[in-house]
Amino acid sequence: MLEGLLALLPQVIFDGLLLGFVYAMIALGYTMVYGVLELINFAHSEIFMIGAVVGVEVFRYLAPVIPNGVVVLVLALILGAIISGVMAMIVERLAYRPLRARGTTNRLVPLITAIGVSFVLQDLVRLVEGIWHNEFKLQMRLIPPLDGNFTFLTVFIQYKALILILVSLLMLVGLNYLVNRTKLGTAIRAVAQDMNTARLMGINPDVIISRTFLIGGALGGVAGVLFAVQYSTIDPYVGFLPGLKAFTAAVLGGIGNITGAMVGGLVLGQMETLAGTYLPTLTGGNFGTEYKDVIAFLILILLLLFRPQGLLGQVVKEKV
Amino acid sequence: MSRQTANVVVLGVAGLSLALLWLTPGALAGFLGLIGVALTAYLRPAMAVRAGSLALLALGFTLALSQVPRVSILFYGLVAVLVALITIPGIPRWIKGLLGVAVLLISVPIAGFNNTFFLELGIQIGIYAAMALGLNVVVGMAGLLDLGYAAFFAIGAYTWAIFGSPQAANFLSGSFPLPGNYFYLFMALAIITTAITGLLIGLPALRLRGDYLAIVTLGLGEVVRVLANNLDHPVNFTNGPQGITPVSRPDIGWFHSLMSSVGVELDARTDYQFFFYLLVLVIIGVVVLVNINLGNSRFGRAWIAIREDETAAKAMGIPMLGTKLLAFATGAAFSGAMGVIFAAQRTFVSPESFTLLASITILGMVVLGGMGSIPGVILGAAALTAINTDVLKSFSEYLNNLRQAGVLNLPNQVEPAKYERLVFGVILVLMMIFRPQGLIPERRHQLEIEEAKEAQQ
Repeated sequence: MLEGLLALLPQVIFDGLLLGFVYAMIALGYTMVYGVLELINFAHSEIFMIGAVVGVEVFRYLAPVIPNGVVVLVLALILGAIISGVMAMIVERLAYRPLRARGTTNRLVPLITAIGVSFVLQDLVRLVEGIWHNEFKLQMRLIPPLDGNFTFLTVFIQYKALILILVSLLMLVGLNYLVNRTKLGTAIRAVAQDMNTARLMGINPDVIISRTFLIGGALGGVAGVLFAVQYSTIDPYVGFLPGLKAFTAAVLGGIGNITGAMVGGLVLGQMETLAGTYLPTLTGGNFGTEYKDVIAFLILILLLLFRPQGLLGQVVKEKV
Repeated sequence: MSRQTANVVVLGVAGLSLALLWLTPGALAGFLGLIGVALTAYLRPAMAVRAGSLALLALGFTLALSQVPRVSILFYGLVAVLVALITIPGIPRWIKGLLGVAVLLISVPIAGFNNTFFLELGIQIGIYAAMALGLNVVVGMAGLLDLGYAAFFAIGAYTWAIFGSPQAANFLSGSFPLPGNYFYLFMALAIITTAITGLLIGLPALRLRGDYLAIVTLGLGEVVRVLANNLDHPVNFTNGPQGITPVSRPDIGWFHSLMSSVGVELDARTDYQFFFYLLVLVIIGVVVLVNINLGNSRFGRAWIAIREDETAAKAMGIPMLGTKLLAFATGAAFSGAMGVIFAAQRTFVSPESFTLLASITILGMVVLGGMGSIPGVILGAAALTAINTDVLKSFSEYLNNLRQAGVLNLPNQVEPAKYERLVFGVILVLMMIFRPQGLIPERRHQLEIEEAKEAQQ
């Protein structure tokens, strides 16, 4: 039995890697907003879901017209990034900025708003899809060469999986460059550190926060499109669980830390896939793959108990 | 408007409503009655007129409901009278009490005996109100955001459902289901188990900043749902997605004979509904008392201090972890107890009742009514339960009728009853932006917001 398990291992690790990159990409959006506003932006999982829906729609309408899958995918990624980014910006403008303008100190207020926005977006997408196609459960239809695959040693690899890994690595590098090397990145970090001082230095925090949402949302949109390409079945509620886990990943890596989010996502993806594959075999079929979500949650609890600052995070003193 | 004109207008509208409700009962008369309640609240007539007008309107709604039991707006009229009784200042306490008891124990049962849907609605409102009051301790008083509140509700419901049905025979020897009267014992047991679960979950999460609690409780809600769905193997604890049925109910022979001795003869179904209605009323009474006393206790003050400023509270020597844990566990226990009632009243428990949507619905009740405000939370529970069980469905039916008549060309995906998330989400966002203190604000909260406004000017 052990040999059988080991033979599976390379494939499992590769699948875990894919899932990990998806979590990592979503976690980037969480961590950016958290870094600047100290807000868990629950709506980010819906921004991700909107990206996935855009991906499906682009393929639905363009795949019959454009025969090359890669071209369609690039268009889908661009459109997904734009629509999700702009949605995130709109959400910030309509829901979060009025709260900041009023200057509430109550931490509950923005959190409750975020969860409300998340619910509104879910059903809005459902409504739009319901009117548009009379159906809100969507199925991705891929075209060549995206549906191709090859076997490397014993690992079954789809082309779309390679694209997913490539794009998410590019995103991490690009985001790191943006935050650490550009003027906008400096401004974002300044606002994150101290909003009032940043204002004195001639930075307009509202503009910077808006851009942060735009960037985080665009990343979420790209993640959504790739998720739809990879896992095919999409509905308006598909964002919730990946979102919850991506946040866990962000905490795992150290929230507010961009590389940390990536690392956390990869670790969580690995653990979840390993648990999902081996749990049924190890427990003689008594506990099935369904428990992989429980595993992710247990990791979060243990982490909060023993290393709340995360793998790469630093202990931060509470601002007074 | 001078007070005298107000007096005349309010009494006039109330009298006219009463006449219409009595003679031509229906939606139109009900609507006029609702206007009467609103006028009583906003025109501020003399004290005696306020009480008198509300009494007239309550009488009117009751008379109308005894003739046309299918019109929900009349029932909401009664709810509006109750809300007005709680919120309108200046009515002497004994009148408020007397009128409130009369509405709850005479008017609602009269409506309910003719149409059990209203008893059902009353029970649902009561269960949710009690739960919302429990969440109010966590969110409203201590300022901790709990997004998995339905998880504790589920634990309570399953605690009784498993042992009050043949389910427990799968893993225990002995005769199951347990007799219905164990129900009361299990309410106590559920309080203990959910409080302990709350402690276990709270311990890691509450040591950190508040946001982490939100995400951990969100995860907990999901985990409990996964467990309820999948613990039908290897040993069948929960019976998976099919759920558990039938769940035993307490024995109410004594209640039946009591009712017959006062001359109320009911069929078995209505009898049970009425019993649960009264039970829920009693429990709400207890919960409100506990809420008030907790709020004024050493712990209540500590909770409010933590809510207002954690750092300052810590500096004043309030033990953070213990105080927060107590709030969290108290809220969990309320929810667990209501879960037991829920299981017995429905005689059916399945994972579907305990989703994230349920948790957010209860949060919405607290937010809509006013965090920390007891009458507010009850109002919030009434409003959202009515929207959930009645208003959205009626709206769906209305649209369906239009669709079938060919007036409206809508895809059949567009069905308001399935868009509770949209409605609750919009309520949460709008309340947070425009009225974070809620419809009936807690007094302390109200003062703060006024102070903040003055400080800004």
